Amino acid sequence: MQIPTGYEAGVEGAVLKADVRELDFYYGAFHALKRVSMPIHDHMVTSLIGPSGCGKSTLLRCFNRMHDLYPGNRYAGGGIVLYPDNTNLLDPGVDPIEVRMRISMVFQKPNPFPKSIYENVAYSLRVRGMRNKNELDDRVESALKGAALWNEVSNRLKELGANLSGGQQQRLCIARALASDPEIILFDEPTSALDPIATASIEELIIELKEKVTILIVTHNMQQAARISDFTAYMYLGEMVEFGVTDQLFIKPQKKATEDYITGRFG
Amino acid sequence: MTASASLPTRLLPSASLGNGVSDRLRKKASRHVKERIIESLLFSAAAFSVFVTVAIVYVLVKESWVFFQVVPLSDFLFDTQWTPLFDDAHYGIMVLLSGTLTSSGVALLVAIPLGTIIAIYLSEFAGFKVREIAKPFLELLGGVPTIVYGYFALTFLTPILQKIYPDLPGFNLLSAGLVMGIMIIPYVASLSEDAMRAVPMALREGSYAMGATRLQTALWVVTPAATSGIASAYILGISRAVGETMILAVAAGMQPNLTFNPTEPGATITSYIVQVALGDLPHGSIGYQTIFAAGLTLLLMTLAFNLLGYWLRKRFREVY
Repeated sequence: MQIPTGYEAGVEGAVLKADVRELDFYYGAFHALKRVSMPIHDHMVTSLIGPSGCGKSTLLRCFNRMHDLYPGNRYAGGGIVLYPDNTNLLDPGVDPIEVRMRISMVFQKPNPFPKSIYENVAYSLRVRGMRNKNELDDRVESALKGAALWNEVSNRLKELGANLSGGQQQRLCIARALASDPEIILFDEPTSALDPIATASIEELIIELKEKVTILIVTHNMQQAARISDFTAYMYLGEMVEFGVTDQLFIKPQKKATEDYITGRFG
Repeated sequence: MTASASLPTRLLPSASLGNGVSDRLRKKASRHVKERIIESLLFSAAAFSVFVTVAIVYVLVKESWVFFQVVPLSDFLFDTQWTPLFDDAHYGIMVLLSGTLTSSGVALLVAIPLGTIIAIYLSEFAGFKVREIAKPFLELLGGVPTIVYGYFALTFLTPILQKIYPDLPGFNLLSAGLVMGIMIIPYVASLSEDAMRAVPMALREGSYAMGATRLQTALWVVTPAATSGIASAYILGISRAVGETMILAVAAGMQPNLTFNPTEPGATITSYIVQVALGDLPHGSIGYQTIFAAGLTLLLMTLAFNLLGYWLRKRFREVY
């Protein structure tokens, strides 16, 4: 697949982790992403905002090749280059499973597996064939600590994940995503099913997590994007309208369309 | 002024609230009657099924009672011979039970693994087209009359098995059990598949997003999430195996035989009942009464399995 040259919106002092270049994507005949380009900076939080149906979740799900699971979906041009590999994630020669081992995901609705808390977190390690009990124990503990859940569950690791509260379940899903030491974690509206207190704790956690990983988050909540992200991209009808440093994008958007959206005149 | 005189007007009789009920708002007698008729029709339909069940249990228990007046329960449970038609009559249900358990065991060894594998394939691996073609065929397999399966066992499978194992008698529990297993596959596969397909896509996506393969997702996430449905599928399969009659009557020989060796001929509870019910034993004789005791045993067994299934469903029900 021919990849267009690099996107020029890099920010000084920031290192590129991934680069979306003129990406086209189709659901069957529906053109869902139209020549979308944007950079993803290492150890930063980048958020995708825009009204429903603008393609922000579609773009997110390209990063871990989730679209490959369903027939009829088609990457139709352009690509996503991952650094330092300098490899197009959408190249047919790239194994989606390898991609998902390095780029993990947290979903909109907490979806713990019907397993114990411990096994939920250990899942991504077991999938990789890890059998050593001590190593598993260590990795599960550090993932749960990373997701700020360890103190609440350390004495009931054998209980079902579904017994936790909604916010705890979502942190369990974050721990599950963290356990395999991914380079990027994708968040697909991770707080839309949670109450305000649980939302605040997840937001706090995301800000802490960028020490360890690069974060890409889809949110329909503009305040959330403003609170937690370093960079924000505004999408509309499958196109990238504007990408910029969050503060600048919210205070002084370059495009009229962005201004209309963030001031609530539209969407 | 007395206390009663100070009562507020709203406690006075309702007549003072208005001029009675107006025609517009009055209860409609015709509607009331129609509702009642419909309700009683629905009730009697539901009551009918309950009545039939109770009646069956009543007949079985009543006739078995006659049997147990003559034969002590301990003989029935612990005697190792079943010869109710001989002069030296013995009534050890164990003999028939061994045939039922052996043939069911063989059948389940076929049906549970194959049915589960088919369910996993259809639910997690097969494409839309394959599933749309394969499922009707699978369900057709469940629609074949069991007498056809019986002849299939007797005239097709047994000769093949005899080539591999020359000492195998013409009537045997093995061939009947294997064919019975094939008959049960559709029940196990179809219900298990339904249970797996009911597992929400979000769980599968969660597993794939962690880098799991299809097989890992199917075995480690979808199957555990569908446990309660799969367990009921197995229980239904067991009940079918225990209650199956025709295949065993045709292919397993109907000779009461206390054995757990599937390569021998044997009679099961069901095939014995067919034999006696179609025979020329006079009604009311003790030989004839045996079929009610045998039938009651069968009913208690399937009841036990149904209760087990009910318990499993409650125990493992997933809240997605």
